[in-house]
Amino acid sequence: MIFLRLFYVFSYIGLFNFGGGYAMLSFIQQEVVQKNGWMTEAEFTDIVAISQSTPGPIGINCATYVGYTAVMNDAFVTDGILAELGLGWIWGIIGSLLATISVLWLPFIVMIMVSRFLLRHHDSTTQKSIFAALRPAIIGLLASAALSLMNTSNFGSWSDNPTQFVVSIAIFAAVFVGMMKRRLNIIYTTLACGLLGIVLYGIIGL
Amino acid sequence: MKKQLFITFLKIGGFTLGGGAAMVPMMQREIVDRNHWLTKEEFLDIYAVSQATPGIFAVDMASHIGYKCGGLKASICAALGVVTPSIVIILAIAIIFSQFQDNPWVEAFFKSVRPAVVALLAVPIFSMARSARITWTNCWIPVLSTVLIWLCGVSPAWIILVAGVGGYVYGRCIGRKDKNTDSQ
Repeated sequence: MIFLRLFYVFSYIGLFNFGGGYAMLSFIQQEVVQKNGWMTEAEFTDIVAISQSTPGPIGINCATYVGYTAVMNDAFVTDGILAELGLGWIWGIIGSLLATISVLWLPFIVMIMVSRFLLRHHDSTTQKSIFAALRPAIIGLLASAALSLMNTSNFGSWSDNPTQFVVSIAIFAAVFVGMMKRRLNIIYTTLACGLLGIVLYGIIGL
Repeated sequence: MKKQLFITFLKIGGFTLGGGAAMVPMMQREIVDRNHWLTKEEFLDIYAVSQATPGIFAVDMASHIGYKCGGLKASICAALGVVTPSIVIILAIAIIFSQFQDNPWVEAFFKSVRPAVVALLAVPIFSMARSARITWTNCWIPVLSTVLIWLCGVSPAWIILVAGVGGYVYGRCIGRKDKNTDSQ
């Protein structure tokens, strides 16, 4: 039964994923494509592309989409009565909600227990000295995330397309300075950059 | 309160592109600067905790803040808030526009959003550094963890574990000695 398998596989992924969004994508791929054969490699690649280019946590986007596709590919749905009526997507929605909830519930319980503990021992000197060492390390984590995103898939490359590379550097510098000096609104800034992209690459055709 | 939590996290989930650490700037803005649910220090602490616990960073963040502000129910509201936009948007794409990523307009939009997302992420490194109390004696910690993760491919979970144990040992052995000499 596809729904029980989905629940089991995504609960497992949720509990044993420690590496954040990108690590989770390869974890999902292993379980969903290689082990269970719910979809092809190509279908999964499309899902990853969409998960990365829509708002929200990538892991949740991916789980939602995989849950939908896995159920829609299953014989239970393709041969079922709802599919004949053209309503197979109802099962798809149930699959996507199930996958998302399954990936969330165990880490949620863990996090609540940790929160309780932290709030209760808020004043302990041990907790304070642990966090005193963790905070500088977190700055390192953020820096490495930013550095690893400074790659050709986000900025283009000088040799392939010098115009795009220069535009990317200019956008990076403008947003960085604007945020440091003026605290621009994040949503409007992102949308403005996107519109600039539509004008530059879509209309003018750089 | 629950409504406020749900709406704030709905906004965070619905308007951040890139997931993971790319959600930090928006979270900091909403949680620390606007609603004062956490101080900058507490924000960094919970960032560390959510890296070291299983699950998705944004949801871990939401569950903790919800729990701190109003207990279990508030925590569920915050967590649902951050995932609801994902579910709605992805389902809409899955059911209606499955050709979404091949659209040249979408591609043009993202070509110039991507460098902006990286810039947004670079800002909290500097604005948070002061709250992390980085001094000459501990500035090797962020530098070393950056190099280990970025160049050597070490998992952030290990960095958190080692830093946590290091802080614990330091507090037990050396920190206590410091306190004794202070009082004398």
